[in-house]
Amino acid sequence: MREIDSNEICQGVRDLAIGAAHDLEPDILEALLAARDRETGELAGNILNVLLANANIASRDRIPVCQDTGTGILFLEIGQEVHIRGDLHAALQEGVRLGYEEGYLRKSVCDPLTRLNTGTNTPAVVHLDLVPGDRLTIRFLPKGCGSENMSSLVMLPPAAGTEGVVRHVIERVLAAGSNPCPPMIVGVGLGGSFEKAALLAKKALLRPVGEQSERADVAVLEERILREINGQGQGVHGFGGINTALAVHMETFPCHIASLPVAINIQCHAHRHKELVI
Amino acid sequence: MSLLASEPAFFDNQLEVSLPFTPEALASLKAGQLVSLSGTLYTGRDQTHRRLCALLDEGKELPVDLAGQLLYYVGPSPARPGRVIGAAGPTTSYRMDSYTPRLLALGLAATMGKGARSAEVRQAMLAHGAVYLAAIGGAGAFLSKCIKKAELVAFADAGPEALFRFEVEKFPAVVINDLEGRDYYALVAAGNKKGEG
Repeated sequence: MREIDSNEICQGVRDLAIGAAHDLEPDILEALLAARDRETGELAGNILNVLLANANIASRDRIPVCQDTGTGILFLEIGQEVHIRGDLHAALQEGVRLGYEEGYLRKSVCDPLTRLNTGTNTPAVVHLDLVPGDRLTIRFLPKGCGSENMSSLVMLPPAAGTEGVVRHVIERVLAAGSNPCPPMIVGVGLGGSFEKAALLAKKALLRPVGEQSERADVAVLEERILREINGQGQGVHGFGGINTALAVHMETFPCHIASLPVAINIQCHAHRHKELVI
Repeated sequence: MSLLASEPAFFDNQLEVSLPFTPEALASLKAGQLVSLSGTLYTGRDQTHRRLCALLDEGKELPVDLAGQLLYYVGPSPARPGRVIGAAGPTTSYRMDSYTPRLLALGLAATMGKGARSAEVRQAMLAHGAVYLAAIGGAGAFLSKCIKKAELVAFADAGPEALFRFEVEKFPAVVINDLEGRDYYALVAAGNKKGEG
């Protein structure tokens, strides 16, 4: 049994929150550079240049990449041989609180009815997975809501089939227009149950940008959906061109014979994510 | 990672415009045009809109006269000590749609955010002679450099949703809806099917 102190987790989460807001990871930067290099629209190309410069300024001057520093989403994989000393949940929330306060990040969390801001950007949403081993992996995905608001979940009839799934995803993504700050990453959760599909769609965003599904038939669908979305010419910020989406990531899970859940979680180009392994 | 080492020169063909707009400048804007804004504007998002309309409901005076002004939909991140402001890119405009016609009727000349507006807002813009601009979504760090002064005007307790007055310099934006009823997003969608352009 390995012991990990909750204070170490708290400090780690604080650093993840600050790092994620300021420093884009290589996967998204490379995807934006590749998009810029293949862009045909003049205005879209200019804006991709602005986005690359924006990432540079953010990292250099410690200004958040986007003013919407998001709600905190934490994914934990806890090894079965890990014992956490102290209160894990309290440590996670305190880590988020410290990160948003000390990093000068925007506090965007409020009560859903009164709309009163909690003032701390907490509570963060926490997902726990128990896995074999003696390590603790923490992934932090601050999620801005311009893109989150364009997400959806639908329970299709099984008869809709693969074509129904593809058509639905493309329709939803194109209907989002320029609201989610394209070029976007489209997370698709297919199968499972109502709540499992939504979680799969979000977890799909954790995959390195552009990395295909390990399932060959799913990878084919990802590529087809991406091609069709980009072929519609909405482009960067809806200003035309060929880069409406940077990637489509689809995660699947077996579902009931009567069911075909499809969840779509859209991520903006300011795709912030950081990982810590203890 | 070969990131851009310095900020490249953008938008050589931008039209330089002073804020608040003169009626002539407002009328000269065309959908799809790139503009570079310098001068004064006001900010407001969800909570500011809700409160402004609540004041109107109560027959009270607004904390600022919006006639002729540009209202920028933004909820900036906090400024580090010694800085003017944190990241300050546009938020999604449709959330303000239900309030916007009322503010346009007060003489608000322009709004700026990201994403398309409702048919009601487009109609109200035509009726009241107002335009809508899009700022660059997700470029909050870049745009913060174009904000030279930020002053709290009202609703301090709304935090990032408060109403600020900004002094901006060469703030880039794209005209989406002009005084003649053109909509740039719609023009792109109509002309650009299948990625021809």
